[in-house]
Amino acid sequence: MATQSSRSAARIMMAPAVFLLLVWMLVPLSLTLILSFKRFLPLRGDRIGERGDGFGDFLLDYITGFPTLDWVGFQNFSAFASSGAFTDAVITTLVIVGGVLAVSVIFGILLAMLLDQPMWGQGVVRILVIAPFFVMPTVSALVWKNMFMDPTNGLFAHLWRAFGADPVVWLSDVPMFSLILIISWQWLPFATLILLTAFQSLDSEQLEAAEMDGAGPLARFFFIALPHLSRAITIVILIQTIFLLAVFAEIFVTTGGAFGTRTLTYLIYQRVLESQNIGLGSAGGVYAIILANIVAIFLMRIVGKNLDR
Amino acid sequence: MGRITLQKVQKKFGDVEVIPPLDLEINDGEFVVFVGPSGCGKSTLLRLIAGLEDVTDGQIDIDGEDATMVPPAKRKLAMVFQSYALYPHMTVRKNIAFPMRMAKMDPAEQNRRIENAAAALNLTDYLDRRPGQLSGGQRQRVAIGRAIVREPAAFLFDEPLSNLDAALRVGMRMEISELHKKLDTTMIYVTHDQVEAMTMADKIVVLRAGHIEQVGSPLELYRTPRNTFVAGFIGSPKMNLIEGAAAAEHNAQTIGIRPEHLDVSTTAGQWQGTVGVAEHLGSDTFIHVHGVAGCDPMTVRAGGDVDVKHGDTIYLTPQAEHLHRFDTQGLRIA
Repeated sequence: MATQSSRSAARIMMAPAVFLLLVWMLVPLSLTLILSFKRFLPLRGDRIGERGDGFGDFLLDYITGFPTLDWVGFQNFSAFASSGAFTDAVITTLVIVGGVLAVSVIFGILLAMLLDQPMWGQGVVRILVIAPFFVMPTVSALVWKNMFMDPTNGLFAHLWRAFGADPVVWLSDVPMFSLILIISWQWLPFATLILLTAFQSLDSEQLEAAEMDGAGPLARFFFIALPHLSRAITIVILIQTIFLLAVFAEIFVTTGGAFGTRTLTYLIYQRVLESQNIGLGSAGGVYAIILANIVAIFLMRIVGKNLDR
Repeated sequence: MGRITLQKVQKKFGDVEVIPPLDLEINDGEFVVFVGPSGCGKSTLLRLIAGLEDVTDGQIDIDGEDATMVPPAKRKLAMVFQSYALYPHMTVRKNIAFPMRMAKMDPAEQNRRIENAAAALNLTDYLDRRPGQLSGGQRQRVAIGRAIVREPAAFLFDEPLSNLDAALRVGMRMEISELHKKLDTTMIYVTHDQVEAMTMADKIVVLRAGHIEQVGSPLELYRTPRNTFVAGFIGSPKMNLIEGAAAAEHNAQTIGIRPEHLDVSTTAGQWQGTVGVAEHLGSDTFIHVHGVAGCDPMTVRAGGDVDVKHGDTIYLTPQAEHLHRFDTQGLRIA
């Protein structure tokens, strides 16, 4: 990529991909932005596409900024933010993200250390460990809800009764714990796998040198292994945060947003589909974008500098 | 103090015996080099002494005390690894301080030792850099610095120069030798390079397949190799080993003559051959001679002014006093 011509050739060849990515991002983003400033209640008779149902008609409406809908300014934003559910939803979202991150990083490191030990059947065990990641979120949430956490027939209920205790009604008594458990179970394999590869790339001579330098097992972990893992941990945290901010299926299937498990994503879903208020939901969507960016900036500040090294 | 004694030390990995029972005495202040072809068990032997591998059987004494079961950190030995094994996320200063920090040494004393080591190794300007920003030779010195500050009973070097380029290797070789003279501490040095062994060692231990073939000073090994293996391994270019009729004349199975102990003539001599490749180094000429019965090619080290070309006929005469004789087992005949 040194010469002028090879640089411009590269630009031309990358252009289609860049264009596609832009359209992919900008169309939904601008749609959300426009609608967040509009009153759009389909059940009250608000309509787009008065001209007809074709794609061209929609495109014309979209480009002209949906003239059939009333412009309401920041009314949707103030309405969304002033409802008591909003702050709760933000806190719930952050607690779930933080909880799952903590569980998957800490247990991911421990599991990775365990799997790094030479043992019989290593290959099979590693595949089994990654298996939960392949289960669809909806399915895994249903499995947890019905097979483990059901207060009458669940395995946990049987276990509790076997010891003479009253079964815990997991999803209503400790809903956040249960949700974090379910989501962590799904994301732990991902963290484990990335951390395992990081462990495997740790130079054994470094550990031996530390051993000769008088570092015990704990000192070797904290002074040698953990700094070596910092980059992998950063990647796990960044990638998981992106997906965890948008977690939805697990809540939909288990608590349905009840018992204080309503995340921002879930709140938006309720505003749009249950209240049929698309403008309000779009305003929520914009808040979600802002929240995600705030979290992202914090993460980049705190852990992102690990990537520079 | 750093006297290390190995008594019947044996190492097996599963059923494979890497090191058969072996005895070795290393005196205080000695520079001992373990040398041998790759896979001869020299690194394993060093790791046994370091405590990074458990001995299968036998006893290791350090300064007269049984250290066989003592963990590596408590053996008062410092090791320099082939990959240097520096901690990449720590600065040079922290790398060097690490063993003292683990020993919970007084910070003022730590600083004093770091400054001393840095000054001795020309690292003062690099103390705040990370290993990734250093050249190979500097990393090597940091690794040595980390070993020095512990003031160990003995230093262990595991092929420390094999990752450096040839010019740097010669320089570091001298630095390590000088360090040994200055510190007067026992050093055990593993290498596969017989030049390093010859130039640095007080005592060379030649190993083959875990067996000690010979122990002795560099010149002892050069002058009186105990068998054909040591004869062929020590010295560069390698000793010419001749079998057959020429050896039988001297009542031996094999006779050996070093390339520098052959007289060259273009007119007359004991053996006749044709020149294959002649390597002119300026100071010397290495001539590979074909056609001598029992040894093909035979290497000759002649003066730099010898003018021979490929295909020339050449006559060689061994210097009788430098002839080595070996019996059917390959052992030296006195």
